[in-house]
Amino acid sequence: MDSNFSFIYGHLPYWLFIILMLSGLFIVVSRGNLIKKIVGLNIFQTSVFMFYISIGKMKGGTAPILLDKSADDSAVIYSNPLPHVLILTAIVVGIATTALGLALIIKIREEYDTVEEDDIQKMDQKDLKKYNRNNVLETNS
Amino acid sequence: MALTLKHLFAVIMLSGAFSLVSAMLFVVMDAVDVAFTEAAVGAGVSTVLMLATMALTVRVQKETKRPIILPLVVVCLVGVLLIYGTLDMPNFGAFDSPAQLHLGSTYLSITYEDMGIPNVVTGILASYRGYDTLGETVVVLTAGLGVILLLSGLKGRKHKE
Repeated sequence: MDSNFSFIYGHLPYWLFIILMLSGLFIVVSRGNLIKKIVGLNIFQTSVFMFYISIGKMKGGTAPILLDKSADDSAVIYSNPLPHVLILTAIVVGIATTALGLALIIKIREEYDTVEEDDIQKMDQKDLKKYNRNNVLETNS
Repeated sequence: MALTLKHLFAVIMLSGAFSLVSAMLFVVMDAVDVAFTEAAVGAGVSTVLMLATMALTVRVQKETKRPIILPLVVVCLVGVLLIYGTLDMPNFGAFDSPAQLHLGSTYLSITYEDMGIPNVVTGILASYRGYDTLGETVVVLTAGLGVILLLSGLKGRKHKE
């Protein structure tokens, strides 16, 4: 019973991060507005970062900045610095992709005059139909 | 939250607030450098970029009826799979997890001797993984070039038609 409780308690943070990630995924999949999709993607990303950082966390640990530089400070527990480094890189790459996505949204709006996915799809289908009809006319004549 | 709101301004502001809160969470989990970056980049730069995009495009989301059954099923499926994947993981904050036993402690013990700076994260980022950071700046450069190229062609096709 006690081990069950400690298992659930020890895994609860992971599960919360997963639920947060899923809410981001849900926004990306279910909302048609492109800006909202980007927001959802950001939530998704940040929760993955949280998950990563949580792997490096040690109970009772402190930030990996050495307190006593020369002597061996084995009395102090430092959290694992490696996930922090990886996530630092990932955050910067994430903002790069976000910026590119937002620029694409601006371009899409210039072309289609809308940022709603449903409208874009409708216009594309209309274009496709027109194109097919023209082709049929040309081959017939 | 961001699901039902129609005004994109509120959505973007909420996303900035979310970034700030997540930065606090990073501080709690001992990742102060990550918290700095998240607060500056996630809450600052990306909010500004999204606001600029909103100003250039639309402010209010259109009313649309999209089916939510399929997304819900997909999300639930992914969630069950991911939670099944965590069952094998060590407890949160455990000392004997595989992540803690190998490289992390090595870096903690050799960084000061090698570099002479107390911040281990900076040491790894700039020195041991210096090429990785160089690649990251290349990614940022590429993204910046892409944004410039995309936006410099604004109103190109519309005028031709």
